[in-house]
Amino acid sequence: MKVLIAGISGALGRMVAERCIAHGHQVIGLDKRPWPDAPKAVEMHYADIRKRPAEDLFRTQHPDAAIHMATVTHFTTPFEERYRINLNGTRAIFDHCHEYGVKHAIFVGRHTVYGAAPDTPLYCTESEPPLAVSTFPELSDLVAADLFAGSALWRWPDLKTTVMRLVYTLGPTRRGTLAAFLAARRVPMILGFDPLYHFMHEQDAVTAVMAALENRPHGIFNVAGPQPVPLSLLCKVTGRPSVTLPEPLFASVSGKFGFPKLPPGAVNHVKYPVVVDGSAFTKATGFKHDFDEVRTMESFRWAQ
Amino acid sequence: MSLFVPSEVDERLARLELPFNKYGLDPYGISRDHLRIAYAAVTWMYRHYFRVRTYGIDYVPARGRAMLIGNHSGSLPVDGGMVLASLFLEHDPPRHAHGMVEKFAQLWPIVSQWFCRVGQFTGLPEHATRLLEDERMLMVFPEGVRGTGKLYSKRYSLQRFGTGFMRLALRTHSPIIPFAFIGGEEAVPAMFHLKTLAKLTGAPYWPVPPHLVPVPLPVQCDIHYGPALIFEGDGTESDEIIEDYVRTVKRAIAELIVFGTNQRGISVPVSPLETIGDVERGEEGA
Repeated sequence: MKVLIAGISGALGRMVAERCIAHGHQVIGLDKRPWPDAPKAVEMHYADIRKRPAEDLFRTQHPDAAIHMATVTHFTTPFEERYRINLNGTRAIFDHCHEYGVKHAIFVGRHTVYGAAPDTPLYCTESEPPLAVSTFPELSDLVAADLFAGSALWRWPDLKTTVMRLVYTLGPTRRGTLAAFLAARRVPMILGFDPLYHFMHEQDAVTAVMAALENRPHGIFNVAGPQPVPLSLLCKVTGRPSVTLPEPLFASVSGKFGFPKLPPGAVNHVKYPVVVDGSAFTKATGFKHDFDEVRTMESFRWAQ
Repeated sequence: MSLFVPSEVDERLARLELPFNKYGLDPYGISRDHLRIAYAAVTWMYRHYFRVRTYGIDYVPARGRAMLIGNHSGSLPVDGGMVLASLFLEHDPPRHAHGMVEKFAQLWPIVSQWFCRVGQFTGLPEHATRLLEDERMLMVFPEGVRGTGKLYSKRYSLQRFGTGFMRLALRTHSPIIPFAFIGGEEAVPAMFHLKTLAKLTGAPYWPVPPHLVPVPLPVQCDIHYGPALIFEGDGTESDEIIEDYVRTVKRAIAELIVFGTNQRGISVPVSPLETIGDVERGEEGA
């Protein structure tokens, strides 16, 4: 089938594109960022998803499916800008999907929308509300984008919509939110807390997106791989030096002394776990992960 | 650390049927290393400090889902630790039970971390359902803080039971094993509570025993398990039926308390059998 991938130049986007080609799909890439050595089979278009050229692509190419991965997740972009890209961009993609007869839209979101709090249950199901708006206010644009994507389920029931809430990805590319956190010279931990971290191998994340693409499940799905592990063990197995801090110091060392620069809301995610139940997705698509938690951590550690 | 861990603990830990991964970690984040230290500590208390005697351990099933329902005895939840120790030390094969802990424990550094690593999770219905469906065993004190927060003058009386545990048992088709804990009331008696300190620390109450420091006295404790109670239903029953079922469980526990206190010659101000009628609807207290 003809697949349009928005946000193709990101680490996960490139891997999904390559896997799509391997599965015999035709790939149209859309991104503002360059992908210099993109495979020849990928038809690259450099445009902003909110602008006219992006719409033209839907109008003239008539893709069968669209995978939306063009969300900004890092905190270096100003907040208003993030909101504009993440929410308006999501709106544009779903509007175009509806307008130009795309049969299946996939939103690739993240499990952190559930938020880390003392009273969040282990293994959140899709019926849990996205508490991140209060526990991690800096993530509210991603929560809004996730919920807005989900609204397509009832607004346009004819458009098959899959909202994926993926756990963190980890792997040899050393890209992504968790990888960036671990890549810092010192990984901060909060004294007296050691939350479980839920992650999957990046190739398993690609397998999950392909499972969604080829099975077209309609709904909101958590996507999880192997079991979660505590942050202390994650640091140990990935060979990252962790430093335990009393909580009041967390905000003042952010971005200094080799600690990663994180917004204040991140402290909850270093104290409490976000662990999700991915069984509904497994049931709907037959997805199974290939890498267990140990191999996933080691693949990150020993990557060149 | 190994010096202080009795070989009994290591031998029992090896027989514990939990799905540990390569690093001794189960899917809920329970860690074998943490269990080893925690069980070493409660084993010492069980054997040498409280010199606990356990009766009727065979009523606890060897495998599969079950809910242990009992009375809170004493103003600090040492009873929970001793019940866990009795299942670990006396049961064959050793079993690990998951306590359903008050929410405030998650706010405290170190306490929160240790509770998570030894499988004592916040008492959320989501946790309880998931663990039971995973064929684990829950330890529930339906009195909650009402039970630990009662004063010595009310010792061995049963406080109001929540009804949430019963609907949960019916929904998940879990057998209920009643148990009575004897001796905790004498080990940690509370004369009165400090309200200001409780507010400052986020704890529901702060007990003051006659010996002033809230540390348990080395009083001998007994645990009496009773035969399993199995209720038919699906959890959607009317409040009247549920309350009736809860009273059945409460009566079973009260009878075990009466038996246990008589055996020890402990006199109680009010017979627990007179306090079983107190079941109120509307609150999920499990």
